[in-house]
Amino acid sequence: MRSPLIPEMATQEVQLNETLAHLKTESETLKTKLEEERAKLHDVELHQVAEKVEGLGQFVMKTRRTLKGHGNKVLCMDWCKDKRRIVSSSQDGKVIVWDAFTTNKEHAVTMPCTWVMACAYAPSGCAVACGGLDNKCSVYPLSLDKNENLAAKKKSVAMHTNYLSACSFTNSDMQILTSSGDGTCALWDVESGQLLQSFHGHAADVLCLDLAPSETGNTFVSGGCDKKANVWDMRSGQCIQSFETHESDINSVRYYPSGDAFASGSDDATCRLYDLRADREVAIYSKESIIFGVSSVDFSLSGRLLFGGYNDYTINVWDVLKGTRVSILFGHENRVSTLRVSPDGTAFCTGSWDHTLRIWA
Amino acid sequence: MSNKCATNSSLLIAQKAVKQLRLEASVRRIKVSQAAAELKSFCLQNAHKDPLLTGVPSSDNPFRPPKSCVLL
Repeated sequence: MRSPLIPEMATQEVQLNETLAHLKTESETLKTKLEEERAKLHDVELHQVAEKVEGLGQFVMKTRRTLKGHGNKVLCMDWCKDKRRIVSSSQDGKVIVWDAFTTNKEHAVTMPCTWVMACAYAPSGCAVACGGLDNKCSVYPLSLDKNENLAAKKKSVAMHTNYLSACSFTNSDMQILTSSGDGTCALWDVESGQLLQSFHGHAADVLCLDLAPSETGNTFVSGGCDKKANVWDMRSGQCIQSFETHESDINSVRYYPSGDAFASGSDDATCRLYDLRADREVAIYSKESIIFGVSSVDFSLSGRLLFGGYNDYTINVWDVLKGTRVSILFGHENRVSTLRVSPDGTAFCTGSWDHTLRIWA
Repeated sequence: MSNKCATNSSLLIAQKAVKQLRLEASVRRIKVSQAAAELKSFCLQNAHKDPLLTGVPSSDNPFRPPKSCVLL
């Protein structure tokens, strides 16, 4: 015969369950209120405000350079502030630094793991950071001596409990921001490897992040497999805004140049624009004919153009204000996995599963 | 007993969720019309400085001119 519960314990459990139920109801009420408040201010669509703006003409953008040298899928790339050097990383564990003007390889490092999903150039141009299936983010100082073994000077900075999906230096070589398959983002001190702040809130893998332009203060945006894009306060670790309108994983997020908005690209085949001050999605960039996921997005210097790299091997160029597609670019022979506009806006670079990188202008 | 532990952690999670939602609900918002107007004016003000938008002539764009010709 089962012994009866001690009456006190039974009461406690009932109380806990009641509190839980109340919290759930409050949760639902707050969510509804949030949607209502956002909807009240939704008085017009972005493309309506842009109706009188002159349309964009035909664009002639072609591949101007092809960087060949990776032995497998290119997963990530980043520009150096000098507007000509590029770092790229690949599935075969190689990280290469290129001079994009001449297409020469300047440095190459072999990582101890495959699937190097993240790489970033340090603001000084003197180091690169990378990581992937090793769950770490490591920094390699770049030597002027081409014969020097870069791997010898490697510094392990970040440690996650799952793969590293993205990394970015903050406005100095001293700190790195990372995102991971473990569902968190984290800020690290490069010199000591110390964890400075961690960011919890995503319910699944975090796939991408982008830092706000320095003028707009200490925030960054992240996107994940939970279909959410979260905006974070770097100092407090607090999630200050959250957007959940995508229908699938968010693979890429990028701030609008003014810092007042950001774009996202998703497996749901759409790119979207979210305005931070209106606290809502303000545009969707999609077409019925586009059915493959977007892997990466970036803006042109003025924010008028949004470039999207897609899993159907193409690049779609969107008029951010009018919501229409202005160009479709062909060239890669497999998925476009990464895309970044150069620091001075004269070109953009794409990396692909076809093992190459292309510079377009 | 294990049932109680599960309820306790659910409670913590639920409390966190409510706290987060309260924070998000309290964000100050502006109308989309105003936000959109400012996005538009930023684009237009900076359009002339955007090389990919305006199409910079070959002489100014380091990527546009083809690589130097081979001397025969």
